[in-house]
Amino acid sequence: MEREKTDKLQAVIDKYKGVKGALIPVLQEVQDLFNYLPDEALRAVGKGLKVPLSRIYGVVTFYTQFHLVPQGKNSIHVCTGTACHVKGAKKMLERIESLLGIKDGDTTEDFKFTLKSVRCVGTCFLAPVMMINEDYFGELTEKKTEEAIKQYN
Amino acid sequence: MVELTIDGKTVEVEEGTTVFQAAKSLGIKIPHLCYHKHLLPTGACRLCLVEVEGARSLVASCACPVSPGIKVMTNTDRVINARKMVIDLLLSDHPQDCLICEKNGDCKLQNYAYQLGVRSTSFKGERHVYPIDSSNPFIERDYNKCILCGRCVATCATIQRNNVVDFAGRGFETRIATYFDRPMQESNCVFCGQCVGVCPVGALTEKEAKFKGRSWEFSKVTTTCPYCGTGCRFDLNVKDNRIIKVTPSWDAPANQGRLCVKGKFGLDFVNREDRLKTPLVRRNGELQKAGWNEALDLVAKKLSGIKEKHGPDSIGGLCSAKCTNEDNYIFQKFMRAAVGTNNVDHCARLCHASTVAGLATAFGSGAMTNSIDEIAGADCILVTGSNTTENHPVIALKIKEAVNCGAKLLLFDPRSIELADWAHLHLRQRPGTDVAWLNGLMNVIIAEDLHDKDFIRERCENFEAMAETVAKYTPEYVESITGIPADKLREAARIYATAKAASIIYSMGITQHSHGTDNVLCCANLAMLTGNVGKPYSGVNPLRGQNNVQGACDMGGLPNVYPGYQKVADEAVRAKFEKAWGVKLPANPGLTLTEMINAAGDGRLKALYIMGENPMLADPDINHVKEALQSLDFLVCQDIFLTETAALANVVLPAISFAEKDGTFTNTERRVQMVRKAIPPVGESREDWQIITEVSKRMGYKMVFRVPDEMPVRSAVKTAKGYRMAYRIPDLIMAEIAKLTPSYGGISHSRLEKEGGLPWPCPNPTHPGTPYLHGDKFTRGLGLFSAIEFKEPAELPDEEYPYTLTTGRMLYHFHTGSMSRRSKGLDEIVPEGYVEINPADAADLSIEDDQFVKVSSRRGQIDVKAKVTDIPPQGVVFMPFHFAEAAANVLTNPVLDPVAKIPELKVCAVRIEK
Repeated sequence: MEREKTDKLQAVIDKYKGVKGALIPVLQEVQDLFNYLPDEALRAVGKGLKVPLSRIYGVVTFYTQFHLVPQGKNSIHVCTGTACHVKGAKKMLERIESLLGIKDGDTTEDFKFTLKSVRCVGTCFLAPVMMINEDYFGELTEKKTEEAIKQYN
Repeated sequence: MVELTIDGKTVEVEEGTTVFQAAKSLGIKIPHLCYHKHLLPTGACRLCLVEVEGARSLVASCACPVSPGIKVMTNTDRVINARKMVIDLLLSDHPQDCLICEKNGDCKLQNYAYQLGVRSTSFKGERHVYPIDSSNPFIERDYNKCILCGRCVATCATIQRNNVVDFAGRGFETRIATYFDRPMQESNCVFCGQCVGVCPVGALTEKEAKFKGRSWEFSKVTTTCPYCGTGCRFDLNVKDNRIIKVTPSWDAPANQGRLCVKGKFGLDFVNREDRLKTPLVRRNGELQKAGWNEALDLVAKKLSGIKEKHGPDSIGGLCSAKCTNEDNYIFQKFMRAAVGTNNVDHCARLCHASTVAGLATAFGSGAMTNSIDEIAGADCILVTGSNTTENHPVIALKIKEAVNCGAKLLLFDPRSIELADWAHLHLRQRPGTDVAWLNGLMNVIIAEDLHDKDFIRERCENFEAMAETVAKYTPEYVESITGIPADKLREAARIYATAKAASIIYSMGITQHSHGTDNVLCCANLAMLTGNVGKPYSGVNPLRGQNNVQGACDMGGLPNVYPGYQKVADEAVRAKFEKAWGVKLPANPGLTLTEMINAAGDGRLKALYIMGENPMLADPDINHVKEALQSLDFLVCQDIFLTETAALANVVLPAISFAEKDGTFTNTERRVQMVRKAIPPVGESREDWQIITEVSKRMGYKMVFRVPDEMPVRSAVKTAKGYRMAYRIPDLIMAEIAKLTPSYGGISHSRLEKEGGLPWPCPNPTHPGTPYLHGDKFTRGLGLFSAIEFKEPAELPDEEYPYTLTTGRMLYHFHTGSMSRRSKGLDEIVPEGYVEINPADAADLSIEDDQFVKVSSRRGQIDVKAKVTDIPPQGVVFMPFHFAEAAANVLTNPVLDPVAKIPELKVCAVRIEK
């Protein structure tokens, strides 16, 4: 682990030391720092917050927002909830898979993109919809999808 | 009290009782999977649902406290259907391979499916296919069978407090997992196996028991663990005269079903092929098989000859902290009455001789003042010289329980042991400086007027002399000796002195010093100074090492006392024993173990009879021990294996193990508990007491055991003439012990079997035993303060030998390893010895982890692997002494404490080279 990141990690842990129920915010900040949750970082969190590693692992594996393997710089979340499903989400997903050459859940070799199908993102009126990082792209067509991804390439 | 109705029956229970417990008190059994009486209810499995009149939905009875007047129904159609549904759903993702499942017959899921008539699941869908994890030597994990009840998670979190597993994933993917789903041996698991004990199905099973038998085939015998002094009880599961596995005995007084890896998984040594099966006699320099008569005749003839030629004091005997009270009583009786010498001792000399001497001086009784259970109730626990987590794992759980309830843990230990993670303060003294910091604590307490003046005035004597001595041990002065920061020492003193109930727990880090008795006296001083003795929860609690080291001492396995610490030098006492044993007894106290070895070396001792001891690994300066034993005219060893010591003997007599005998062990909290025969003797091996009585008879002293009038008949044996009353000899031996030993006066096997364990003093048959000592007054009358000055250890590091070596034990092995190293699983986990070195020292010496190094002292040298770790401080190295091929005791210093004659095993100077 780089020195700078280790210091930042320690700062995050120190900030929340002794705070009840701090585990999830700490994990979020640590993930922002590393873009995933590395083993060594989780061990440091466990030691610092006095939370057992098995419990941390339980929390990390419960929430889909947490990742235990390095993620792409940009995350693509394709909604496959009911509305999007009806409006052809599957086709959009397949299009992105072939475009990036990866399967659902994977990360591209250059670590630019991670692709994940998710359930409802809460914007059914835009179906079919995907999110790239914090941005929404709605009423997708194959063309719109390609263009959206290109913006991040 | 709350009144309610369950299935039409009215019951009154205490407030806070659950509906489940209330039903149980009426004899109504409610099915349950996740509920366990030692765990907090979670209401997770939904099988214990009941109907409460007026309630909207069914209620989980295990998690529902009673309310006044409610009407509960446990058996309505609605309830039955709900339960059937639970089982149906569980079976939808459960392999129904009961035909080859280890849990068949003892599986809660199977039982309830049977009771509710659920043949198979009515659901179709995806099923899990998890790989079976059998990568560790102890526990097989088959999560295909897991029903996610959470018992294992709760046990690991709230009883063992290790949190090895937790729920991971969610929805259908929910599973019980270690961190990163790694194998258990890569986690912090200590393999106590309690998760296996609580698993209601076949998800967690004992790996070594696989395909070796199922519940209905086992006979279960409740007995006491042969490893450490905690005195854990468990059930041996026996089939075809073999111990197949160990299951918890949930109501055991010392351990409440908890065990450590050695008790749970380390008993396979009993059935090892290399058990001694026949006597061995040395012919032409070689140990060869012999018949019992030949061997016993030879032993008797040789001992009689030596006695006649050189006098009885040229013979010595070592009894055994591993054997029962009955065996030890007979052994010391044999040495005193048949041989005619008080030269009898055992390995207590090496562990707690200074406790026996020190606490007897201060309080009048050299044992733990409190029960194990009371530890959990203390407000402050001062632990020193005890790596409790590894050496008394089940007692460590009580310490952690106390900390969890808000108690403050003060840890004084040079090494950063596991308890340091639980400690409020971890103060790392330089090894061997305990008198200084203990005096320092008292200095602060007196200076800040925190001492208990009433207690000192009414209950103690010699306070002024002690106070005068500690006056110079200011925290600053103590810091200059011990390295403990002065302000931290002050803080510790305040915490200890102001706690409502403070308990001192110590072990061999205090006792194994050339000033071990001084250390113990200082602990006693500290407790008396603050009035922390003679009441529940607070006291001075030395943790004894061996399963029956307390008992072996109690039984007079010491050179200066008869059973019950009655002095051999006291004429009235001697007259009592002379009358009871019908023979004249020697008046002068005999030699201690360490003195016997020296006497053997210089020719004063000609013969040694060793029962179940292994001085060739346990004693300091092994090279010297070997020379001494070899210069004896005659050495007899009575053991279950050919130990390093037995290999030097002229005659080896095969004894039976704990699993083959009836008798009692006395654990560290003075609790006398039954040991029960589970399997017949292996080969031709015999009971220890029986072998000794045979030798005794051949030497002209016949031991006869009388049946006391009031003794209940154990069993009736059918003979040709009708029925004959039958007694087991160990029962009769205990009756003789009780007659002659006031503190055991009320103890009998029949009582122990009925009532469980009894802590002594238990002076008469109606006395309930004594959980804590010195209640109204000290055993000796007034508690005696001692004025103790600090002395340096005998050997300090210097230029030639720059490191301090401290020795000890570790979780997976025990003492000289004669049992634990013969256990397959324990040996697989830790197959070899090591020396712990601080990373800074390792860097200085350019030593890497796992590299072989030479460790040498003024007495010898060994090769051993280095373990580079920050557990020991810089300048200190640590070695466990279990390993014959890297025996720490080749290096240790045999210098003795002048009072207790205990050697300084905890401090010597060594050199380390690549």
